[in-house]
Amino acid sequence: MRKSPSVSPTAARVSRRSLLAGGGATLSAAAIGLLAGAPSLLGARAARASDPSADARILNTALAAEHEAVAAYQVGAESGLLAKDALDLAVQFQGHHKEHAELLARTVRALGGAPADPRSEYAFPVDQLQSQTDVLRFAAGLEKGAVSAYLGAVPLFGNRDLAKAAASILGDEAMHWSVLRYILGENPVPVAFVS
Amino acid sequence: MRRGAVCGAVLALAGVAFVAALAAGGDPTRAAELDAGREVYDRCLACHAIGYDRVGPRHCGLFGRRAGSVPGFPYSDAMRRSGIVWGPESLDAFLRDPPGFVPGTHMTWAGIPEPDARSQLIAWLAFATAPSRCGPAAAP
Repeated sequence: MRKSPSVSPTAARVSRRSLLAGGGATLSAAAIGLLAGAPSLLGARAARASDPSADARILNTALAAEHEAVAAYQVGAESGLLAKDALDLAVQFQGHHKEHAELLARTVRALGGAPADPRSEYAFPVDQLQSQTDVLRFAAGLEKGAVSAYLGAVPLFGNRDLAKAAASILGDEAMHWSVLRYILGENPVPVAFVS
Repeated sequence: MRRGAVCGAVLALAGVAFVAALAAGGDPTRAAELDAGREVYDRCLACHAIGYDRVGPRHCGLFGRRAGSVPGFPYSDAMRRSGIVWGPESLDAFLRDPPGFVPGTHMTWAGIPEPDARSQLIAWLAFATAPSRCGPAAAP
């Protein structure tokens, strides 16, 4: 990951340029099958979708959250607080979020919408991040929230293929949350059901 | 970062059961309700924070605020035009089914079907978003 000079000591403001400079996402075949292949899926099954623009709105909200997650991991990676193993993990998870964002943007376009762009800057509570534990706990909270966000989005899709794809991302976010909890010394799977 | 944002971050990120206990003034039932509400608020953390705007707008000062009125936040037209003023009743209706209550909202989330969880969350929000705790005048 490349360094960005844009993290201030009091509030992390990550420039869009630094995020884009982090490298493009490499799309897995499976992911392409799920979402990047969405145009063909949509073509075959779009009749089931009651309102493609509503589906695009759901995806765009998720996309905005993925952009923010990429920025948040950038802050963690540049904090200087993470040991190598934790840093490697953070960069890997950030890569997943980049892949999610790329695929969500592509699908929004396939639905005829305009994908949300990353913000020019983000504000994070860097004052509260004083140790590796703080950074990992912050990331775990965001990942837990992401699980809830996707869980709340899945039933709203008119197109069930998109619901399936969103559920696939949900599973990835849940793995992130679980691994982060494990590293923090917490029960990695504290509940049988997520909410 | 503004002091309010820091305070909001503390409330949102830290283990704040002790804060709830203090706010409850020794009432264990009230403390349990606030602590449960803070846990429900975890569901919101993909998009929201108390003290600063994220994918969703900041929650500090929520009660009594007109929907769609945080300066500079890019709301949907639907939210800006909703005419909602946030309070316990409007929050309960919105949180039960956000897209149903405000069709066209960017909060594309199915909501919280459990009445108890909504009630706990609203109690927590009433506590944590009070400007005296999260606004510019909040103690550091």
